Amino acid sequence: MSLAHDARVTVRPAAAAQRPKLRGWPEINNPAAWIVAAILLIMPLIANGFFLIEIFATTLILGIMALSLMFLAGYGGMVSLMQLTIAGFSAYMVAVFGVSGNANISLGWPWWLAVPMALALATMFGTLGGALAVRTEGIYTIMITLAIGAAFYYFTNQNWAIFNGHTGINTVATPHFWGVNWRADIPFYYIVLAVAALCYFAVEYISRAPFGLALQGVRDNPRRMAALGFNVNAHRVAAYAFASFVAALAGVLQVWNYRQISPGSVSVGACIDILIIAVVGGITRPIGPFIGALIFVLLRTFALDFLVKLGLDGNRFRLLIGLGFLAIVFWSSDGVIGLWQSWRQRQRSGAARSSGRHGQGSGHG
Amino acid sequence: MDSVAQRLSAVGAGAALELRGVTRLFGALAALTDVTITVRPGERRAVLGSNGAGKTTLFNCITGDFPPSSGTIRFFGEDVTHFPPYERIRRGLRRTYQISALFPGLTVQDNVYLACRGVSRGRFSFLRPGQNDALMSAADNLVQAVHLTGVKDQRVAELAHGQQRQLEIALALAGAPRFVLFDEPAAGLSPTERAELVEILTSLPAHIGYIIIEHDMDVALRVVESVTMMHNGRIFKEGLPQEIQSDPEVQELYLGGGHE
Repeated sequence: MSLAHDARVTVRPAAAAQRPKLRGWPEINNPAAWIVAAILLIMPLIANGFFLIEIFATTLILGIMALSLMFLAGYGGMVSLMQLTIAGFSAYMVAVFGVSGNANISLGWPWWLAVPMALALATMFGTLGGALAVRTEGIYTIMITLAIGAAFYYFTNQNWAIFNGHTGINTVATPHFWGVNWRADIPFYYIVLAVAALCYFAVEYISRAPFGLALQGVRDNPRRMAALGFNVNAHRVAAYAFASFVAALAGVLQVWNYRQISPGSVSVGACIDILIIAVVGGITRPIGPFIGALIFVLLRTFALDFLVKLGLDGNRFRLLIGLGFLAIVFWSSDGVIGLWQSWRQRQRSGAARSSGRHGQGSGHG
Repeated sequence: MDSVAQRLSAVGAGAALELRGVTRLFGALAALTDVTITVRPGERRAVLGSNGAGKTTLFNCITGDFPPSSGTIRFFGEDVTHFPPYERIRRGLRRTYQISALFPGLTVQDNVYLACRGVSRGRFSFLRPGQNDALMSAADNLVQAVHLTGVKDQRVAELAHGQQRQLEIALALAGAPRFVLFDEPAAGLSPTERAELVEILTSLPAHIGYIIIEHDMDVALRVVESVTMMHNGRIFKEGLPQEIQSDPEVQELYLGGGHE
């Protein structure tokens, strides 16, 4: 690349090129984001153990999985249905390499060895799946990743040597160190919150870094990206690798949360749940998957009581989720975030109209 | 090849772009048949021809968007016939598209930044560009060069057609281009915008050669030193602009048919 130095094009001397604005965090100026962060941090003071784990920790774990799909679909235009499978693979690997009640299968490694191993293997698994999927576009990507998810589900059901068949692996050990049981409700909540925050900010940060920008370029126009010097397929595979790592982190948290992993956790239906979560929340911004996960978990937890009160079969909570999904896809192409944004825009333009000339200033937004 | 073409390609091995017997088939249809062209470094050439003459297919073969069915393509002496597009671009080849091929979801600045990043290191960088990022100021300069500084933070989807065409050119000038393929850059531009386009093209550094496909003779013949006429996927005639303009066969084929 020696050429890059000798002949930089300046069609017209740019005397006073403006410095680019600092590409800061949009959240810093948003008071709502600070309030949400504060509430999440003091949650153990407000919520009991049930809410802390069954609602909020579970929401965050599902949110991280859906975030990995949001990264691929929202920035890369690749709808992968195997994100839950990657998380499940990671969960299985924690159980297989670590300590569990199935001593004949688990290797008994300490968690600090088993977890990096699980993350590495799950990332490799997802990257290989991605390398297959990037050769296709659109609906074929969905089909290939769904096929990988289905194949993994049936494989875990039938393989007894490693995955222990349909019973799965039970009583998986969780970390204890510094005198703390990290699976106790409050420490575990903070671990999950920390990992979720890390993944959220990583995705947010990368979306404005060269890798993330180029991924959005690949989404918008892969052919032009190649004509700008980008190896489009390599970029897509790298995106799968990153998303797989994020999903793998969620898998580790998931197996610690339930202390067991079985084929039921990696079923095709569960794979599709992740897609529903991401779409309901909105796939254009990293906050969407977490909003979608919260709605999903609240419905899953409370729809039963609600339906029973109405005299309906409580097991039909999926009907509510399905109807909600239909409504959101029908009203907004960008999930709940999209609804919120269009509502805000209406408020703003309404305010602008009523206050006359102020409208011109924000008109082009 | 006639004598003018030989004169123009007298530098031989030092050619910027050298096509030998390039043929491109789409099924049974030959979009290009046995095309042989040599372009010197820094040479500016127009490719003329009616619709379906194979001009854009020629560009697609040169950049590798569609590889040729047979024949060889050399770029500054290197055989790039079987290179993927991005390898050719990294060697200094650039192109624009007849129908703007931009990134509508990103801002003008990000579009140009991507173009600068594509031909330098760090395409996979996870680090955001800082305040003093060299590529960011390179992108600023390019945005200014095509008169888009005022809209650089707007999403491309919101730009007017003329602005999109200017951005299209900016993307092709990122990094250190050695040879550019302009595919109808003036399409849909107003007379003022055409004048700006001519100015941008004529003020390119002398070492940057280009081929331009352009139906507007006022634009095309003002910015080139040689002309290649194509017809039905073949090279029909090569020469200086005035020779081509006054050639009776060309007149009949292209200029004559009520075009002007």
